[in-house]
Amino acid sequence: MTLLDAHARTGRMSRVNPVAKLGAAALITIPLVLTLDVVSATVALGLELLLMPLAGLGWREFWARTWIVWALAPLTGLTIALYGRTSGEVYFHWLFVEVSAGSLVLALATTIRVLAIALPSVVLFATVDPTDLADGLGQVLKLPARFVLGALAGLRMVGLFLDDWRALELARRARGVADRGRARRFLGMAFALLVLSLRRGSKLATAMEARGFGAPGPRRWARESPFGAAEWALMGVGLAIALVAVAAAVAAGTWNFILGPGV
Amino acid sequence: MADQSPRPAAVEAREWGWRHASRNAWAVRDVAFRIESGERVLLLGASGSGKSTLLHGLAGVLGGAEEGEQAGSLLIDDEPAAHRRGRAGLVLQDPDAQVILARVGDDVAFGCENLGVPREEIWPRVRAALDAVGLDVPLDRQTKALSGGQKQRLALAGLLAMQPGLLLLDEPTANLDPAGVAEVRDAVTRLLDVQATTLVVVEHRVEVWLPVVSRVIVLGDGGVIADGSPDEVLGREGAGLAARGVWVPGIPPSHPPAPARAPGAALLSASELAVQRVASHPVASGIDVVVRAGAALAVTGPNGAGKSTLGLTLAGLLPPASGTLAATAELAGDAGSSPIRWASRQLLTRIGTVFQDPEHQLLAKTVREELEVGPRALGLDETETARRVDELLERLRLAPLARANPYTLSGGEKRRLTVAAALATAPRLLVLDEPTFGQDARTWAELVALLARLRDEGSAIVAITHDLDVVAALRAERLELGAAS
Repeated sequence: MTLLDAHARTGRMSRVNPVAKLGAAALITIPLVLTLDVVSATVALGLELLLMPLAGLGWREFWARTWIVWALAPLTGLTIALYGRTSGEVYFHWLFVEVSAGSLVLALATTIRVLAIALPSVVLFATVDPTDLADGLGQVLKLPARFVLGALAGLRMVGLFLDDWRALELARRARGVADRGRARRFLGMAFALLVLSLRRGSKLATAMEARGFGAPGPRRWARESPFGAAEWALMGVGLAIALVAVAAAVAAGTWNFILGPGV
Repeated sequence: MADQSPRPAAVEAREWGWRHASRNAWAVRDVAFRIESGERVLLLGASGSGKSTLLHGLAGVLGGAEEGEQAGSLLIDDEPAAHRRGRAGLVLQDPDAQVILARVGDDVAFGCENLGVPREEIWPRVRAALDAVGLDVPLDRQTKALSGGQKQRLALAGLLAMQPGLLLLDEPTANLDPAGVAEVRDAVTRLLDVQATTLVVVEHRVEVWLPVVSRVIVLGDGGVIADGSPDEVLGREGAGLAARGVWVPGIPPSHPPAPARAPGAALLSASELAVQRVASHPVASGIDVVVRAGAALAVTGPNGAGKSTLGLTLAGLLPPASGTLAATAELAGDAGSSPIRWASRQLLTRIGTVFQDPEHQLLAKTVREELEVGPRALGLDETETARRVDELLERLRLAPLARANPYTLSGGEKRRLTVAAALATAPRLLVLDEPTFGQDARTWAELVALLARLRDEGSAIVAITHDLDVVAALRAERLELGAAS
């Protein structure tokens, strides 16, 4: 569970309220999913990479956490290049595969867009502690405590599921049923895991109730979840990246609003 | 902390009973007693006498009318217990099921938050509570890094911080090793000195709590069957309680006779063996041991020493990290000398495994089908399968449950079922992980007698256990693993 074991909890970014990180990531993402052009994504990605050193993540940790994004983004692009909408000169054609000038541009735009959306989210969330996030969701966004804390307590059980899954695997070998029927066995184990998690969940609910969870009367929060200058500044940076990216695309004439009339 | 804590609670049950919505029979009924403010009570009774249900009722976590039906009334300070949430705190048996948050301090603060304690008052309470249970770790220590005994003390601290008037403990030490048991008992003793609280504890192992309690109440058919000072109740009811599975001091369960013959041929031998669950993280190493037919081997040692991992490796379920583990021709037959290379089906007649958590190995919808899994995998015909299954159902007192869903059985019944399921394919070697964990005295005696008989019939037994009585009763050779470094 990388989310639970985050080591990047010492930098300046780690003290920023997780709700602000959520907000900043959303501000960057929204315009990028509304358009399909190279310029906005490239500008956003460029600004993000410039600001990345301020996130307080060492380079080692940066690569360790984001390599999957770097690996998957070009794959997404490749798919678009092979199967994307054909336009302009066709370079290559085989069955359903058609590589054209248009699909190559689209592929490049997609690759950069995936990077521009995923990198800030991954980097900002690398420094989020789930408990702090729950505090923020409950105190800043005023989401219901029952929901927020239920989810938080449930998240802690994910580690137990992994142990359960391994034990289920070994137990099936011990019972003599692990030689054949892989698919069926997988389904059986998935069902057993579901049953085990429901039982764990109900035990956890009892333990939480035994500590007054859901008791009548107002609940208080033991930890503050401050939302001040640093938080507004981070949201401001997110908004600025979004606005600059949109402005650049409009100026370059490539702004391509996916919900608007087609080009 | 003591001066601002509230008065200990008084408890009263008036012909109280509870029936779970999914059951026809009452889990408990006609219970009547009064516990005065500050009393310390040990609640005893056979498995299934409704002790846990009573504690859950006092804690106010049984739920409403859709969860079950209530008879009579259960009062805390003369008000219905369900209306006094927070006045009573409950510690459960399973240490893992009670950790709620990721950091120690946050977990202890959780109850205070729910009760609406002001923030500036929460943290002093958290520190005082951790102090009282002797859990001397930083507030930001990860809760998953704690041992079982530490987790139970964490749960105690979480309750203590809520400053309850009534502390309810439901077999708080059943899942712990002997060091953990003493740890938790001593923490309870200490916190009762710090904060006067009424205490009700349920536990099979009576001697653990005798130094703490001043009164014993025994539940049975038809409500309370004995109530008085520990000496009086145990003197009068001791023999009867022991027969119904309670561990009464001075009345140990009977041990089976010593093996009549010397150990037979070697079945499995390990040399310089290192074991691991996760690649390149060995948890124990340098193990040299020979498993012999007609003999029992007990693997002992503290939590985290790698006992279970060694068990799974000996059972042919995990590959060794390094060193050698070889089955002799006597055990392997035509299957080659490395158990991890055997097919799942080949394991059945050679090595049977009983996991610590029975629920991990349940596969079928009924008890009978569960026992048929192994024989069917071996390809035995219907008559032979039925013969073996019927015999095991009788031998392990499971016949009345043949059509029950395995998940609905009690802890002791599930344990007997998983042992029976392993025996259905008559393996030469049986590996059991903590077979007696949390079992009452009656199930304990049955399991030990059964294992002794298998040993005398020529099987090899490997038992991973904290329970030194098991080692003695089986006349087992002992392999002690050291603490994890």
